[in-house]
Amino acid sequence: MTSPAQASDFTRALDALCATHLGGAMTDYTRLSGGASQESYRFACGGEVFVLRRPPGGVAKAGGSSALSMTDEARALKQVHGAGVWVPEVVHICTPDDGLGMGYIMRFIEGQTIARKILRDDEFAAIRPQLAAQCGTMLARLHALNSDEMTGLPRSDAAGELNKYTEILRAHAHPHPVFELAIKWLSDNLPAARADALVHGDFRMGNLMVQPQAGVVAILDWELAHIGDPMEDLGWPCVPSWRFGQHQNPVGGFGQREDFYAAYEAAGGTIDRAAVRFWEILGTLKWGIMCTMMATAFTSGADRTVERAAIGRRASETEIDLLRMLEGQD
Amino acid sequence: MQDKPDIADLMMAVQEFISAEIAPQLTGHAAFSARVAGNVLALMQRELALRPGFRAAQTARLETLLGARGSLEELNHTLCAKIAEGTLGLDDAPLIDHLKRATMGKLAIDQPNYAGYKTAQENDWPEEG
Repeated sequence: MTSPAQASDFTRALDALCATHLGGAMTDYTRLSGGASQESYRFACGGEVFVLRRPPGGVAKAGGSSALSMTDEARALKQVHGAGVWVPEVVHICTPDDGLGMGYIMRFIEGQTIARKILRDDEFAAIRPQLAAQCGTMLARLHALNSDEMTGLPRSDAAGELNKYTEILRAHAHPHPVFELAIKWLSDNLPAARADALVHGDFRMGNLMVQPQAGVVAILDWELAHIGDPMEDLGWPCVPSWRFGQHQNPVGGFGQREDFYAAYEAAGGTIDRAAVRFWEILGTLKWGIMCTMMATAFTSGADRTVERAAIGRRASETEIDLLRMLEGQD
Repeated sequence: MQDKPDIADLMMAVQEFISAEIAPQLTGHAAFSARVAGNVLALMQRELALRPGFRAAQTARLETLLGARGSLEELNHTLCAKIAEGTLGLDDAPLIDHLKRATMGKLAIDQPNYAGYKTAQENDWPEEG
């Protein structure tokens, strides 16, 4: 919990930052909900609205995480913004002098990120058929960036990701025969090793900001960005767990693969169907193993919330999806 | 032997209290957590009813498939090892039949409304038990 004294230190520091870097006094400060691993605050300054994003308390979690530091995330965002990919514009990366810990400030973008609203609310009905193509276009622009110019980003390819999640599953030690079957299939069907593109790493519903008229206006949450296989970003949004009940629409619950791929190719990208399929199946396995990690977080006492416990019991959803996918369905 | 109400009826009473009385009075994250808690209690009731038959059916199938005896946990660890080493795989019809039934059983308890489960039912996948 933040004590009143800490809260006022925090707002005072943010106010000072507004005066120094954004040219005015801070008004309308609110903490935003959402974002399980990061804090974000919306505030106004000089007639414009901004968002501060930072790790809890401004302190990066030590060790173990493959997520980018806030500073590296902000640098990556600046580079992709410059290349015409729709992301929030970073206006300031926090320094120790700011007294806010790690973090960065970006311009606020209005839009909806809650998947169920985008997939079901009437106000999004007209734009929904356009979303798959917009996603394809954005990803092609992202993947066309010169990855050699990206600094501070980790590299990972198909074999690396598969090994990482296989090790996590083995450490979990609860038997999952369907996951073992998927791991076997994935090791037998590894795509050619490539790590030649800037990959978002978590491109799916929930991280896409959508407006009723314009459609996708921003790609958020770049903390899993890395240099890797661009087909990973085409597979992940088609994982059945990200369809939120709309299974007839494989792309995020809103679109068809053909529209997604066609837009990607029209914008200069090249689709490797077999590799995309590999990443879809690996993505489904990954989410299933993440559910087992949440079960461990609960049973170990690290997180005793009922939500954490309940998510552990969602690993079985990915098992039925994997069995269907390994039979060539979906 | 305990008296009435039995454990399933007690769980149902708590579930209905949380879902119908508590959750509607809450807002924000607390309301979400209460709905999740109600769903977990419903899951527990399904598991209480289905678990004994499902475990017996799985154990019997695994003993046949593996030609070995043991607890369900031990048999599942053996099955995992055989799949990982490639002794059993996608082209073994009895293995796939077993995995489909076992997974259908998990979903019948965990998430019977999951779209992938409903699709499998429509495609006449074999049920557990």
